[in-house]
Amino acid sequence: MDNYSELINLMRPAMLIPLFPLLGFLIIAFFGKSLKHFSGWIACLSILASFFCSLYLFINLSSNQKLDFTVFEWIRWGDINLSFGLLVDPLTIVMLLVITGIGFLIHVYSIGYMHTDEGFSRFFSYLNLFIFFMLILVMGNSYLIMFIGWEGVGLCSYLLIGFWFKNQAFNNAAKKAFIMNRIGDLGFLIGMFFMLHYFGGLDYNLVFSAAQSHPKGSTLLVTITLLLFIGAMGKSAQIPLYTWLPDAMAGPTPVSALIHAATMVTAGIYMICRSGVLFALAPQTLEVVLIVGVATSLFAAIIGLKQNDIKKVLAYSTVSQLGLMFVALGLGAFSSGMFHVVTHAFFKALLFLGAGSVIHAMGGEQDIRNMGGLKKYIKITYITFIIGTLAISGIFPFAGFFSKDEILAASFAEYKLVWILMSFSSMLTAFYMFRLYFLTFSNNFRGTQDQQHHLHESPATMTIPLIVLAFLSVIGGLLGLPVVMSHTHLFSQYLEPVFEVSKNIIGAQHNLAHRTEWVLMGVATLAAIASVFVAYNLYISKKILPEPDADVKGFTKWVANKFYVDEFYNKVFVRPVMVMSDIFFVLIDKLFIDLFVNAVAWIVGFTGRTMRLVQTGNTRFYIFAMVIGIIILLYCQLVHPFLNVYFN
Amino acid sequence: MEQLEQHANPQSWYLVLSTILFSIGVMGVLFRRNAIIILMCIELMLNSVNLLLVSFSAYSGNSDGQVFVFFIMVVAAAEVAVGLALLVSIYRNVASTDIDVLSKLKW
Amino acid sequence: MNSQIIFFILSSLSLVSALFVVFSKNPIYSVMWLIVCFISIFGHYLMLNAQFLAIIHLIVYAGAIMVLMLFTVMLLNLNKESEPHKSPLPKVAAIISGGLLLLVLLAAMHSGSLPGYISPDLTDTGYVQKVGIKIFTDFLLPFEMTSILFIAAMIGAVVLAKKEKH
Repeated sequence: MDNYSELINLMRPAMLIPLFPLLGFLIIAFFGKSLKHFSGWIACLSILASFFCSLYLFINLSSNQKLDFTVFEWIRWGDINLSFGLLVDPLTIVMLLVITGIGFLIHVYSIGYMHTDEGFSRFFSYLNLFIFFMLILVMGNSYLIMFIGWEGVGLCSYLLIGFWFKNQAFNNAAKKAFIMNRIGDLGFLIGMFFMLHYFGGLDYNLVFSAAQSHPKGSTLLVTITLLLFIGAMGKSAQIPLYTWLPDAMAGPTPVSALIHAATMVTAGIYMICRSGVLFALAPQTLEVVLIVGVATSLFAAIIGLKQNDIKKVLAYSTVSQLGLMFVALGLGAFSSGMFHVVTHAFFKALLFLGAGSVIHAMGGEQDIRNMGGLKKYIKITYITFIIGTLAISGIFPFAGFFSKDEILAASFAEYKLVWILMSFSSMLTAFYMFRLYFLTFSNNFRGTQDQQHHLHESPATMTIPLIVLAFLSVIGGLLGLPVVMSHTHLFSQYLEPVFEVSKNIIGAQHNLAHRTEWVLMGVATLAAIASVFVAYNLYISKKILPEPDADVKGFTKWVANKFYVDEFYNKVFVRPVMVMSDIFFVLIDKLFIDLFVNAVAWIVGFTGRTMRLVQTGNTRFYIFAMVIGIIILLYCQLVHPFLNVYFN
Repeated sequence: MEQLEQHANPQSWYLVLSTILFSIGVMGVLFRRNAIIILMCIELMLNSVNLLLVSFSAYSGNSDGQVFVFFIMVVAAAEVAVGLALLVSIYRNVASTDIDVLSKLKW
Repeated sequence: MNSQIIFFILSSLSLVSALFVVFSKNPIYSVMWLIVCFISIFGHYLMLNAQFLAIIHLIVYAGAIMVLMLFTVMLLNLNKESEPHKSPLPKVAAIISGGLLLLVLLAAMHSGSLPGYISPDLTDTGYVQKVGIKIFTDFLLPFEMTSILFIAAMIGAVVLAKKEKH
């Protein structure tokens, strides 16, 4: 009973968490014009308030408890009762802390970054709206609520990618992201319909308990999980729906950091973790997830090697890292996947914000071939950026090392081939990240005189978040020290109650001997250092510069042009649709619909033109017509008494 | 019934009378082209209706009909005031009250 | 017996005067005949024991409205045969349709039947007191509305008839 009332007391802060950003959004959306630059601080405050509420929940809710309550009844129809409810358990809390914590830092950063932008208030209203939807996504207690957030963040992503809507290319990128996401969303939606039909509801509790009555690997469960995974593919940019993410870099850099690196794109991973029970019951789907994850991770890493836009490199590395997370999920190591989500959020946000700071210093220049030697000019950005690079490359003892190592160890235990491929992908990551770093910060400045003159360190609102994130990237690994280093793995222990059921279903995992784990760590570190060395050799010692776009040849050209996937999609999917719509336009629209509509319009027009002649303007004629009408009416009533029925 | 026959005329007489008056009014509206006389014919029609209402009221012993007539008179007075003012202003513009001339209001 | 004679005299007077209203060439005569018609209707009201309305009718119609008409006719200088002869077709049509309307209306009335009534001589429905109580209880709101209507009509008439100064 005590326990119960304690949980009741936690309901209010839980409900407040999404409400603060919503309030911030409404205030800024309606009064943004008059608030001017004050709106940035309002946005920050609302996120900070949510962060403290999340922290309160984190402290007061022990890891084996969960808060699951209905806020209001929503749709009641037959036996199906869809209510708006919230669920707070360790998994949610982890996401909440990441979203509000990193979200707050990025908000603060944006104040500095967007300072001179004319859409300052608009930017913050979108950002707050995004946080609101993201919180709804992770806090919902049913797939329906998650879907609301899912669509909402998609919308905000669209709005923010196309934030500078005067540039048509940016608008196209926004549309691309939106449409690609819709393909995934359709999968999610159909999956929901399946659940509604076969399980009779969408609440997690209901769905999971109903699913467990089906045999493991049954067609129904595989179908549902595959459909859900299609949704995850779209949102988390996996092959084949990944091409929108690199284009999404058209948005302002804080958006790239918040939405397209740290939070929204991990929604797919969150969704699969949340539906761990379903996926555990469908091992075939897990294999698909694994394959897609491996393929995406490698593919994106290879493309990342030859990108010259600072944000594009980071975008492909994000795709690659998301692939790595899916590998973890595919192996059934849900908590490892989540752990990588958290550490990745730290260092990728850091890298993006660092890149933003670089772009800020360079006055909008994004091509790394025109940078170089920046470490002299922007010290803080430089130091934090190198920390982020070390973290993502998986070098001990930075955050990325631990989370990556966990996934690699899991893959080694299950499939050796996956381990080899993922290790290779990690090496590539280390290589292109250091390539990026060397080209940007080392050697001499390659930009114009003007740019060199303009170089300056960003304001404190931008550097402080960088420092905080750098700090987190360094110590983030301590959250999940592997068992070989300390006696408990804090992170997976915290999440254990959430994944207990799915773990039992999957069955015992292979456990590696401690010695093997040490070896694996050593190998991973060595591989990373080796690729760093290669990068150093190429870009510092030999001072090789990536050639201009025109001079690229052969396989490199393929890579630099992202294997022509966009062009392929254009030819195979976009063009046929365009051609088809052209045909339909001519055949159906022009011939049939227009004919019909025009005919109706013509008939109406003709009748009007004809009847117009009755209006002569002669008053006597009108009166005469009226009298005749009265006479006819009365006459009819006299002759046909049955009309009396209507008259009486 | 006998009393009624002794003291008063049958009500149908009033019906016939007001019907004929109304028809004369309608015919006048159609017959004449002078707007003032048309207005007068409209007054005639209104009066025939008034007469009918009063007769019904009187024969049924209920005053409601007479109140209606009172309101009709009010409306008629207002109508005549506005109608004549309109006529005056039209006459100033086209120097005629012939409704065949006033046929510009169309389409 | 007397009432019948009075009714017939009044009726024929009102019908004849109504016809003269329509057929007089001179608008002034029309106005005059209309006044005669109204006075005959005043007589009908008295016959129906509706004294209040009879007086109101006399004041409003024969007094106010007809004076207004007369003034207008004189103001516009219409006291002459103002209608040039045109084709007789509309006039024939007017007479025919008026007659048809009368026929149809009478036929319609013929097919109906009136319920039994009490003699108007024996009731006090038309007394000022009765009508007044009705107006100030059941019909109070419409009664008040008429004042607004009058204000509107007054202002409207003044605005319309005012000479525009250019």
